[in-house]
This record gives sequence, structure tokens and C-alpha cells, in this order.
Amino acid sequence: MKILVAVKQVPETSKVTLDEKTGTMIREGVTSIVNPLDLYAVEKALEVKETAGGEITVLSMGPPGAERAIRECLAMGCDTGVLISDRKYRGSDTWSTSYVISQAISKLGQFDLLLFGERATDGDTGQVGPGVASFLGLPVLTYVADLAIVGARVQARRLVETGYENYTAPMPVVATVVKEIAVPRLPTLRGKQSSRKAKITMWDNDRIGADGSRLGLDGSPTRVVRIIRPKVAREGTRVIVKNEQTALGAVDQIMEFLEKRGVVETE
Amino acid sequence: MMGGRTGEEIWTIAESTEHGINPISLEVIWRGLQLREKLSNARLITVVLGAGVGDDGLAMVASAGVDEVVCVEHEKLGHFLPENHAAVLVDLIERRRPAIVLAAATTYGRTLLPYAAAKLYAGLTADCTALDIDQETCNLLQIRPAIGGNILATIETPVARPQMATVRPHSSPTPDPVDRPHAVVNREVADERLLTSLVRFTGSENLPGDEVSLANADRIVAGGRGLKKPENFRLVGDLAELLGAAVGASREAVDRGWISYPHQVGLSGKTVAPELYVAVGISGTIQHLAGMQTAHSIVAINNDPDAQIFEVADLAIQGDLFTVVPLLCERLANRRGAGNE
Repeated sequence: MKILVAVKQVPETSKVTLDEKTGTMIREGVTSIVNPLDLYAVEKALEVKETAGGEITVLSMGPPGAERAIRECLAMGCDTGVLISDRKYRGSDTWSTSYVISQAISKLGQFDLLLFGERATDGDTGQVGPGVASFLGLPVLTYVADLAIVGARVQARRLVETGYENYTAPMPVVATVVKEIAVPRLPTLRGKQSSRKAKITMWDNDRIGADGSRLGLDGSPTRVVRIIRPKVAREGTRVIVKNEQTALGAVDQIMEFLEKRGVVETE
Repeated sequence: MMGGRTGEEIWTIAESTEHGINPISLEVIWRGLQLREKLSNARLITVVLGAGVGDDGLAMVASAGVDEVVCVEHEKLGHFLPENHAAVLVDLIERRRPAIVLAAATTYGRTLLPYAAAKLYAGLTADCTALDIDQETCNLLQIRPAIGGNILATIETPVARPQMATVRPHSSPTPDPVDRPHAVVNREVADERLLTSLVRFTGSENLPGDEVSLANADRIVAGGRGLKKPENFRLVGDLAELLGAAVGASREAVDRGWISYPHQVGLSGKTVAPELYVAVGISGTIQHLAGMQTAHSIVAINNDPDAQIFEVADLAIQGDLFTVVPLLCERLANRRGAGNE
């Protein structure tokens, strides 16, 4: 079984700064981590490998420093790492990103199972997993909360608005997973040590050969034209409860608020 | 390139489910109606993909005020196989070249649109909370929160077409039905050759009947670590029931196993924008706030005076939830009892 997991390096805090001109994030000087939602995909890959055997390739697209994110996944038990990085990719939107990643995957060879996190906590789009599947011409199962390999097929349970939906798909298949699918393990000490020495494959666009007119800020269909920091304009009222008496007062205030907002009918 | 040419089409995708058309689809039509006002000569078209789509569902869509309803059917579109749905949508788009394509940012829209957009070299923006038209270029302006809601970005697709976006559920009202719907309803059968997916639907499990789904809820009562013990989580359930609300939870509560993951609100759970959000014993991490701060009304109950949840609350109750919540439940129950007399 050949498994690929795609991970993204994201800024640790949600308080990042943006380039006012391009509207893209300034990553310099911000602590970076593996997108927390990608760790569920990594964990699932490891569990599949443990039961069905195989080999896990971790792939990331990003600046050279994103190598650290890959090493973290190697420390958890993934086998090989590939970083696709090129200045030409800077400012790529989800279309261009999906395109480049799919081109790199085609060059890497055939995979049976390709796992993505549900979305990244910075961009928050969830578009790259389905986008890559589309470029590769593979089926995609999104919001997967449970997944098992049965013979040559994958059984998956999707978490949707009304509950769960079950599907089976032939491999190769792309799946984007939600938190419910697994509990990510911590890297072992030995894993950390060997990941430090691991050789990570670095590919630039000369190696990948993606169409130059479809890359980066200029090759992306969408463009950020404006960024504002919204102020959450809430004129909050604070009620302090000290005892039963003030609690009753607080309940009065809540009821009044709910009436005013039309949640409960006025008496 | 000038927009607003004669016959430019704005499309919205409506979701066909086993219970009929998803009401969320009407919110997207409302967005489409707003845009039609701003683009002279534009037509608003709603596209439905499915199998055995009922006439009443299509009539509901028509009465929302659209100009045309296109319903493409095939038994292989009966369940959501993204390849099949996207192939049919891409084919339709290539034939008719709409300027704009919108869908709800549901598990359906957020899968279908990126899959289709990849094939079309179309611009796609996820989870928009506002849409507008640029006065000069007539381009679609797609406005969305990003980076945990800390910024609002306006995104444009200057050249590529169509301009595609998913729209956050509950960020818009539904249109009032029009008196005399004028929409042409066109039913067609999908070209079998497009339906090549080898994925098979094998069944579904709906959430228990008494559980209102978070994503579709107008009201949410959510609990956090302040509840201290799993058995105390029933306070949240009691309050939710009295308010007709869905039950939500912070990550801490889910990670402690007090409630299951589908209830989690926040960056690693669901992003919600209900009419009312009541936070019980939730401190309000940045990750949690990112998932709920666009709620219309927020009430927070917490005994920590510095709880961050208070920053986004309309009504901040600083005090012991174990005193306040039971009293509130009692009051609501009495009120309900009185109302029934």
C-alpha cells in the first residue's frame, strides 16, 4: 500500500500579519507548526500502514522552512518526505496550489491512498484536497470520520450535516479527514532523532514541470484585493452574579435580552 | 473586460436531499437576487442535480424569484458522488458560460465546487460571508473571514470565469416567496457518459431525532470546561431543549469525552453563525471564537471575569453557571408552561 499524506505548515497563533499590498501572509518571524487538522490525516495513514502494511510519503508545499513540518511527520513514523518549494509558487491560491501539488504527485508515482486534513487553520478553505483529486482524476471522499481498507476498496464514513454517510471507493482514492478519525500520536524520541537526519526530497518547479503561467500570484485565478481587520462591534453588557439574589437579577436580564432579540415571546 | 452584458448568468446550486431541497439553498438564492439587482440584464438561474427531484422542491426554488430552474437528473446523481456531480456541473458551465456560480458552504458545496473549479480554471472563494459587485469592473467581490476570523478579505477573480464562491450558511436570510413565479423550469436527463464514478453509496445514519444538527441550527447552546464533570453537561442539554437549540461544545469538552465531535464548535470543529449562541462555561479560546463570533446574538455565562468569551458577548453573565443555568431553565420552563395554559 502506497500512502501519501499532504500537510501544510501554518502559523501557530491566529495573530499573524499580512502584506497589505498582496494580501498574503507574512510568515517570517512567526512560529510555524504542522496544520493541526493535518495531524489526523498523518495518524490515519500510520494506522493504515500498521494494519495493511505499506509506505507513507509526506508531501508539503511551502517555503524551505516547511521542511520542519515534514520532519515532524517523519518523527511520528512516516517514511519519506518531499518538499515542493519554489519562489514561483509564492502567492498561489487554492487552484494553483492544487495544480502544483497534483503535478508533483504525478511525478512521484502511483499512490493507493492520498490523505488530506479537512482544511488548514490559516486559509480555512478546505479546497485543496478536492482540487488535487480533481486534477488527478481521482474520486474524493471528504469529511471522512472513519476509514478502513477492505480488499482493494476503501470504506469511508463521511460526517455530514445530517449525520453520517457511508461509501466504498476503489483505490486510488483521495480522502480529506476530520478530527474524529484518529487521535494523533506524539513523536517518539527515536523518531525525533532519526527524523533529524532523514533526507528530504526537495523539488522546485524545474523538477515538477508545472505550467509557468499557472503559478503564484499572477497565475492564480483569484486575487485578494482588500484586507480589513473587523472590529467585533458588540456593546456587551456585563452582569455580575454574587449570590442567589443577583443570580435572579441576571436571569431577568437574560430573559429580557432573549425577548428583545425575539428568541422567546414577551410575556 | 466589461461585465453586465446582456444575458449574463448568475447561477446558484441547490442541494437535493432525500427530504427535498435543502432550505440552505434558498439563502444562496437570496445572495443571487442581491447580485442580480446590481448587474443589469443578468439572469438568475438555479441548478439542481439529483435523482427523482420532486416538483414541489423545484416550485419552492422558482417561487424564490429566480428566472430559470435547471434540474439535471440521473440515478447516478442520487447520492453525492463528487465526480459525477462535478462532471455534470462542468459540462453545464462549459455549455452556458455563467459569469457567477454560487453554492452553500456545506459539506456538499465545499466538495463539489473545488472539484469543478479545478477542471475549469475558475476562481473559487470558500465560505464567504458577504458578496458584492464592483461598480467599475462588474466583478464579483467575495468577502470572507480568514485566519480564524481575525481578518476579512475581499477576493476577486479578475479574468478567469466563472467566478465561483461558497457562502457560509446562516449568513443571509431566505427570500420572501414571490406572488407570481416566472421561472422557466427545465428538466433534463444527465448524459450517462459523464457519470463514471466507481464510488458506491452504502447507507447513511442520521443523527438521533432529538439532536438538532449544529450546521442547520438557528440557536445553539454550547458547553465547555467550566461544566467540570460529564454529568453536568446535561445542564447544557436542558437549556438547549428549552430554547429549541442545538447542543454545541468547546474543544475541551469534546476532548474530555463529555460529548461527541460532531458537536464541536471552533477552528477544528464547525464554524457556526446562528441567531443565538449561548456559551456556558466556555472560556473562549481564539480557536473557539473563530468558530462562533459571527453569531447574531451571544450570551456568555462564565465565572472568570477575564474570560475571553466576554469580549464577543452581547450579554456577559459573570457568575456561577451552576446557579444561573438552573434558574434560567426554571424560568423558561415556567414561561413555556404558562404559554400552554
